[in-house]
Amino acid sequence: MSAALQNRAPSAAMLRLEGVTAAYGAVEALRDVSVHVDPGEIVTLIGANGAGKSTLLMTIFGSPRARTGRILFEGRDITGMPMHEIARAGIAQSPEGRRIFPRMTVRENLLMGAQSFGVDPAPGLEQAFTLFPRLKEREAQRGGTLSGGEQQMLAIARALMSKPRLLLLDEPSLGLAPLVVRGIFSAIRRLNAETGLTVLLVEQNANQALRLAHRGYVLVNGRTTLEGTGAELLARPEVRDAYLGTH
Amino acid sequence: MSGVAVPHEGGVPHNDDGVPDPGEMTGIPRTAAPPPPRPPLAHALRDAGIAALVALGLFIPLVGLRTDVGPSGGGLFIRTRWTDVAIIVGLVFAGRLALNLWESLRPERRAPTARRTALLGRIGLLVAPVLLGFAIALPFLPGTSRYVLDLGILVLTYVMLGWGLNIVVGLAGLLDLGYVAFYAVGAYSYALLSTTVGLSFWICLPLAGLLAAFWGVLLGFPVLRLRGDYLAIVTLAFGEIIRVVLINWVSLTGGPNGISGIPRPSFFGLSFSAGGGPGSFSDFFGLEPSPTHRVVFLYYLILALALLTNWVTLRLRRQPLGRAWEALREDEIACRALGINVTNTKLTAFAIGAMFGGFAGAFFATRQAFVSPESFTFIESAIILAIVVLGGLGSQLGVALAALIMIGGFEAFRDLEEWRMLAFGAAMVVIMVWRPRGMVSTRTPSISLGKRKSISGDLVGEGHG
Repeated sequence: MSAALQNRAPSAAMLRLEGVTAAYGAVEALRDVSVHVDPGEIVTLIGANGAGKSTLLMTIFGSPRARTGRILFEGRDITGMPMHEIARAGIAQSPEGRRIFPRMTVRENLLMGAQSFGVDPAPGLEQAFTLFPRLKEREAQRGGTLSGGEQQMLAIARALMSKPRLLLLDEPSLGLAPLVVRGIFSAIRRLNAETGLTVLLVEQNANQALRLAHRGYVLVNGRTTLEGTGAELLARPEVRDAYLGTH
Repeated sequence: MSGVAVPHEGGVPHNDDGVPDPGEMTGIPRTAAPPPPRPPLAHALRDAGIAALVALGLFIPLVGLRTDVGPSGGGLFIRTRWTDVAIIVGLVFAGRLALNLWESLRPERRAPTARRTALLGRIGLLVAPVLLGFAIALPFLPGTSRYVLDLGILVLTYVMLGWGLNIVVGLAGLLDLGYVAFYAVGAYSYALLSTTVGLSFWICLPLAGLLAAFWGVLLGFPVLRLRGDYLAIVTLAFGEIIRVVLINWVSLTGGPNGISGIPRPSFFGLSFSAGGGPGSFSDFFGLEPSPTHRVVFLYYLILALALLTNWVTLRLRRQPLGRAWEALREDEIACRALGINVTNTKLTAFAIGAMFGGFAGAFFATRQAFVSPESFTFIESAIILAIVVLGGLGSQLGVALAALIMIGGFEAFRDLEEWRMLAFGAAMVVIMVWRPRGMVSTRTPSISLGKRKSISGDLVGEGHG
């Protein structure tokens, strides 16, 4: 991974969305969105329900397709590529709702994450079990019998099996207790610090997401309205009022 | 969290090793509390009453009114049969009431204990070898008549078809209502290639499989985007199209008359002629010529083909391809996100499933020495699908048991004549009430760590509707 990092011009963004518009039928979900993620960064997208956060992640993955604009990954145009090829380009995602395979064991779930990439699953499994020792304990158990927090861990670990350079996380805190969320966020921070993994994180939990992230964007009705470092956004009164509320 | 991730409808949050669920530390209940139970009797009576009303509505026109030809031979008059209607409605009421009471009185649907699962697993381990041993020994068991062997061949044909369809429906989760089309393609491939070109069975067998696989891909391409009900309807239509083409393309297929005089298979070039002339099987082995030889040979042929299907399926399940099929059944979007080429994965499932259907079709043609479109109606697809569903989606042993019970049972109820379908339907309802996820609903992990662990289907959401 580090070799791949060095091969690129240092100034190039890893992921760049330029004027991307996306829609579900007649309903516009993203309007002229321009977002970039630099190598080694954790970037978060915050916004209310229905602001288009998840749509943005899905658009990066080609479903729905961007109607206008371009999506560049490591300088390569991935707009309109089929989903599985985008994944093979080096982007992994832990999708909304986790989407683990409930009838398959934890180990099988993890192997599914590696198998279409032609990588040896052994180091990935080791990394997964080091990062989330809980999964090691549950290795032979069915995905569907895990708790919500464990399922989220599994979804992240499964996404990491392909040795991605960019990880997209969709609401990893959804429906989890604060303690569990903290554990997952600290795992993301460790991954980023230790392996240099670049992360694009979509969150409703703006407070914790902004604390974790290097930079953030605020999405309102499919448009980015604010951009800044995590600390800057946390200090902005409009962010505090709209997304941090009484916290 | 309750609704988000854990498919626990109807089940108790429970880990397979019996440890209390760690998710409880979140303080949010995992599953919504079950609604307070209504008084069972009142509820059961109400429900039975509704069922009886529906039956009344249905059976008044169906049974209650009957037109007979008048005594003088002219005109029709309506005869009413209210007593019959009353009896039927009474039966429906009583049956529904009994079913309801049984459902409410029996203990809460329990997640089976680890011990019970383990016990079932041990029995399962025994059943398969015993069945296999019985299947191999059957032709030599005393009291095995020609009739029993023929029935055995029939059952094994359906076992093979069930296993073939199990790849498509059970593993890949693609509901295929037109599987019989591939069976027909295989049968007609052999029939046409052998009668017109004169190729032998052993050359035609792989060709029939290949042609069926080709048709599988051909069907697969346009319907890949479809899922569930939509896919089912298109495959159903495909099955009918193949049959209608077979009926109407008279110059090639002989239309409704079918193709007769299809050559029988030979045993490494030794024919099974009844006369036992030189070069025949009986002559070569110095046996008394007997028509039973061919039946025994056909029996072992279909047994070998069925076991081949089973072996390939079991092997594939342990390979990435098989794992991808199962993952596809569970969550297509997750598969795409993990870089799996969903199109190719579905196509291979269709093609491999179709190939085994084609093999079975070639066998059918050589066994019957005659094929006609009548053998490939929708009911065949329905029976094969019923075998897969009753046996338990994805379970090899379950499918074999279901084929044995369905096809064997169908024969056993032959004496009931027109009541046979009724008994058949009732048996299916009973199985689905008793085991909603099929007879064998456990899924064995394709990889295991040290000891094998299988988890009961009761722990997962499938079949709970």
